[in-house]
Amino acid sequence: MVSKKRNKNAVVIEGSQAVARAVKSCDVKVIAAYPITPQTHIVQELAKMHANGEIDCEYINVEAEFSAISAVLGSTAAGVRSFTATSSQGLALMNEVLYATAGMRIPVVMVVCNRALSAPINIWNDHQDSIAERDSGWIQIYVESVQEAVDSLIQAYKISEDKKVLLPSMVCMDGFYLTHVYEPVVIPEKEEVDKFLPAFEYPYPLDPEKPLTMGPLGFPNDYARLRKQLFEATLESKGKIVKANKDFKKCFGRSYGDGLIEVYGDGKIAIVSMGSLCSTIKEYVDSSKDVCLVRIRTFRPFPGEELKKVLKDKEKVIVMEKNISLGHVGSVFMELATALYGTGIEIYDFIVGSGGIDVPLSTINYVVERVKKNKEKPGSVVFIDKVI
Amino acid sequence: MTKISKNKDLPGAIITDVGSTAKNKTGSWRTFRPVVDHSKCVGCGKCERFCPEGCIKIVEKDGKRVSVIDYNYCKGCLICMNECPLKAISKEVEHK
Repeated sequence: MVSKKRNKNAVVIEGSQAVARAVKSCDVKVIAAYPITPQTHIVQELAKMHANGEIDCEYINVEAEFSAISAVLGSTAAGVRSFTATSSQGLALMNEVLYATAGMRIPVVMVVCNRALSAPINIWNDHQDSIAERDSGWIQIYVESVQEAVDSLIQAYKISEDKKVLLPSMVCMDGFYLTHVYEPVVIPEKEEVDKFLPAFEYPYPLDPEKPLTMGPLGFPNDYARLRKQLFEATLESKGKIVKANKDFKKCFGRSYGDGLIEVYGDGKIAIVSMGSLCSTIKEYVDSSKDVCLVRIRTFRPFPGEELKKVLKDKEKVIVMEKNISLGHVGSVFMELATALYGTGIEIYDFIVGSGGIDVPLSTINYVVERVKKNKEKPGSVVFIDKVI
Repeated sequence: MTKISKNKDLPGAIITDVGSTAKNKTGSWRTFRPVVDHSKCVGCGKCERFCPEGCIKIVEKDGKRVSVIDYNYCKGCLICMNECPLKAISKEVEHK
């Protein structure tokens, strides 16, 4: 939700351009990307900055997303802060390298401009692309506004590069809704970011003077040990995400819930959702007496304990999500059900916004009314395939 | 074999003691052994350049430059045999 308070430092700017400027403020030294709708404006803006000499970095033009992620894996391994961005099919093409990046503990930061997956081919927004990479070992931050995208990018470098974390991060922003929207945004300058984000120091960079091997064959003993370490690191990153959100507030005066989740309102019926849709839900909450919003900001690591704490006293919990695990239910519902195991709270699952289908206030009202009037069975999934 | 570091400060799969491939003698993987006939070989070096394992060297032997294969690492792919312009390399079934 765009703040109603005016900020004199804010500029009205397109979401993608704001992200590109934030990349510059983070002092990124290598960018490798391949254009794909709706990510294009980000990398186009960065390419323009590079061509005009406004950003001091290497810009690697690659032939596909597999190479883009491979290039930034390599440059980050050499100890240089790097950036890439993609969407949908592009992210799917990166799949193999995403797992390698996390396994090798390379703190790459990538912006994912969320878009539906084929087929049929569709350029509009839903969360299927990044949810499909849930198990890759990447931290996933879902943002609600352009300002949050800018701020989360800066936070993501701090979290990922922490020597106790060393995990890659995806900042997931909704395609078109956020990438192409014009909003008032405060873009921190490099000098301000420098105070929050220390220079990148990778503990064991690739260096011809001190050669080492990364990502070699791991026999079962090594593999299991390293996977367990990776698992523990993903869980431990929670604390660092909370801390980055707190420290960010001290430096810039902005924060997002506790960093993991954000609670809006105190109604007895909770809607749980992610991304820009939460702005519409907040508007709905403002005009309702008994509904509140619990926004999941980090889907990985999953804030199970935090959600349980805020949801345990609610009468009903409604999940509105932009993805589905075909053959079962939505992923947010699935995860939430695990977190609320044993509490006996009624949870309902609504799949909305698939392939960019609009989710106006009227759809939210329809969903809430269906649940209030006991028209849906708890634990069931409802796929909304039209604008209601 | 060299081991992946167990140092907690090196959490990725890292080997700091490099050059471990040399310790793994892959010659035992061979089914066919390429054999150079030094009476035909003129030491042109084509096999040396094409060998994907880098285990062929052109050396001076009895006053003549000839191709010598390092059987510790040759996996028997026979690319050298295929490339040799003088048909100086033939194959033999490896008996262990």
